[in-house]
Amino acid sequence: MKLNRRTFFKVAGTAGAVALVPAKKAAAATHAEVIDAGRRGVLVDTTKCIGCRACEAACAEANTLPGPALLDDAAVFAKPRKTDTTAFTVVNQTAAAPARFVKKQCMHCVEPACASACLARALDKTPAGPVVYHKDRCLGCRYCMVACPFEVPKYEYDKAMPYVTKCTFCAERQAKGEAPACASVCPSGALTFGNRNELIEVARERLYAKGSPYIRHIYGENEVGGTSWMYITDLPIEKLGLPIDVGTYAYSSLTQASLAAVPFVLTLWPPLLMGIYSFSKRRNEVGAHGSDPREEADHV
Amino acid sequence: MSSSSAPAVSARSWASEKLFLGMSFADYLKSLATPWNFVAGLIMAVGLPLIAYRFVFGLGATTNLSQTNPWGIWIGFDLLSGVALAAGGYTLATSVYIFGLEKYHPVVRPALLTGFLGYLFAVLGLAADLGRPWNLPVPIVYSFGGPSVMFEIAWCVVLYLTVLFLEFLPPVFEWLGWPKARMWAVRMTIGLTVFGVMLSTLHQSSLGGLFLMAPTKLHPLWYSPFIPAYFFISSIAAGLSMVIVESALSHRAFQSRVDHHVDIDGIALGLARGASIVLFAYFFVKLQGIADSGRWALLATPYGYWFLVEMLGFVLLPSMLFAYGARHSHVRLVRWTAAWTVLGIVVNRMNVSVVAMNWNVPDRYVPSVTEVIVSLTLVTIGVSTFQWIVNRMPVLKAHPEYRDSESH
Repeated sequence: MKLNRRTFFKVAGTAGAVALVPAKKAAAATHAEVIDAGRRGVLVDTTKCIGCRACEAACAEANTLPGPALLDDAAVFAKPRKTDTTAFTVVNQTAAAPARFVKKQCMHCVEPACASACLARALDKTPAGPVVYHKDRCLGCRYCMVACPFEVPKYEYDKAMPYVTKCTFCAERQAKGEAPACASVCPSGALTFGNRNELIEVARERLYAKGSPYIRHIYGENEVGGTSWMYITDLPIEKLGLPIDVGTYAYSSLTQASLAAVPFVLTLWPPLLMGIYSFSKRRNEVGAHGSDPREEADHV
Repeated sequence: MSSSSAPAVSARSWASEKLFLGMSFADYLKSLATPWNFVAGLIMAVGLPLIAYRFVFGLGATTNLSQTNPWGIWIGFDLLSGVALAAGGYTLATSVYIFGLEKYHPVVRPALLTGFLGYLFAVLGLAADLGRPWNLPVPIVYSFGGPSVMFEIAWCVVLYLTVLFLEFLPPVFEWLGWPKARMWAVRMTIGLTVFGVMLSTLHQSSLGGLFLMAPTKLHPLWYSPFIPAYFFISSIAAGLSMVIVESALSHRAFQSRVDHHVDIDGIALGLARGASIVLFAYFFVKLQGIADSGRWALLATPYGYWFLVEMLGFVLLPSMLFAYGARHSHVRLVRWTAAWTVLGIVVNRMNVSVVAMNWNVPDRYVPSVTEVIVSLTLVTIGVSTFQWIVNRMPVLKAHPEYRDSESH
């Protein structure tokens, strides 16, 4: 086929049209949106939590951990507790009145700091929502613990062959279509398990209802770029014991500039250094012979 | 009988010549009874069982690490400081082989050896710190954490350790008397040097980049988006200072192994000039970081005072002293300043990873005695290995047969 002006436009036009079709399809539902549609979360309504700690007991059972101590004893709330290798979730009471109970566990960030810190993808974000731990890949470097702004990953320091432990969001139960153990036993309606986008709608309805006592902020909607576990409350957010200085950007963005420099180093250093090398080599040759060796060679 | 005894005799003389410094085994053993070897042996006798103890009973039984403070001195000192101080390898190789600064040729080999051993023992320290060190091949072989800075470091360190090993092969082959292998090793020099600079740029900066992920935990005076640049620039000063210190110590400790025609003072003064400029640049890049964040008010807090001690005492002061020493040919001052700078690099790496880390929480980390002894043991083994190699291979002085050969 001879390529004249007319056929060129025909070919270019067809190619352009073909290129446009998948682009349009992609615009209808981006990869992220498809994932978001199936992504699960939990809405924690601190105004509804009664501090019964049934979630703690259910969590311990589901993860075969020792059951929570002082289960029916209010003394456990005397000071705030942290999650540990033997307790993936804890319920604390706020110091300020009115006393509220705040459940702590892994937030299952939309773009988790731990997963982007892990060099072996031992911690990995699943499309369904849970951040899961592949223990067979873990090196035990504990960078996930440094990176996590919520202090969630906990390390088995007492073991010779330790693992990192944390809430799994009951990924296996979820895969079978069940709710996480904690959410499935909550008697007060403080924990609502469901689609993350829909939970944000539910939260907004409660926040903006007439006479609503809530602070108009969904903690976790935007914090660290969004978390699967989100909190609403009628107390100032900082009273909940959740970090408020974490920003609304995904932590993976913090290292992006640094990692983006890698290809530049790999492509720009060699020609630059080789250029300097040939320059300095010639300079030394000239210096050693007192004159240009190539000129001398010409005379021979 | 005679046919079998001839190789035995030659094997014995080979061992005597190559391993026992030309002595019989009994004489060699006697020669080992020096005060330094006694101290080193004592440290190892305590430290090696402690390392074994750590692997049997875990990190909880041996360290003061906690859920809040997962990184201690095995990261801050052994890994971060060790790798920074081992930067002399790429710094000197670049100066001599790429920039053609032949004056510094006599210190390239010790710098490469220091670099190789520095990395080797940093990795060994890391292996003690890792909970599951046998999984080290995982990110290299099959599970790639692409978006992780740590992933980049793992790859770079593995590759660069290999590069340093290959770069140090010429003296090894000279020692073994394999001229052909040596020739091949020498031919790789330029390629290895360029590759080494690429890898060093990446991982020296990325060791700082690790802390980009801790904006709420690292004190704002030390946290900066520029922290990878800080680590890279300061590694150059660390490498140069370390070479000044190491060459001064070597010339004192290995009198019979050094080439007394080499102008070691002139080399120290030249390196000091470079270190002065680098430290000066480092000071202003750090200053710009503070200006950028606008956190000047934090300087008037206890952490701010400590930050000023680091910035003024360990960066600006040595920069000035290096400049003064180089200008007035004050070699003693230059050497002490180099030692001070080495200490300053350790202070900086410890500040970033331990002191200013989790500054706002009550749970503070102080290393356990075991952690300190294990770190000390690794340094001791490193120095002893350096000593063993320098006593046998042509490191501090060119091999007589290759003295006039073109490069290396």
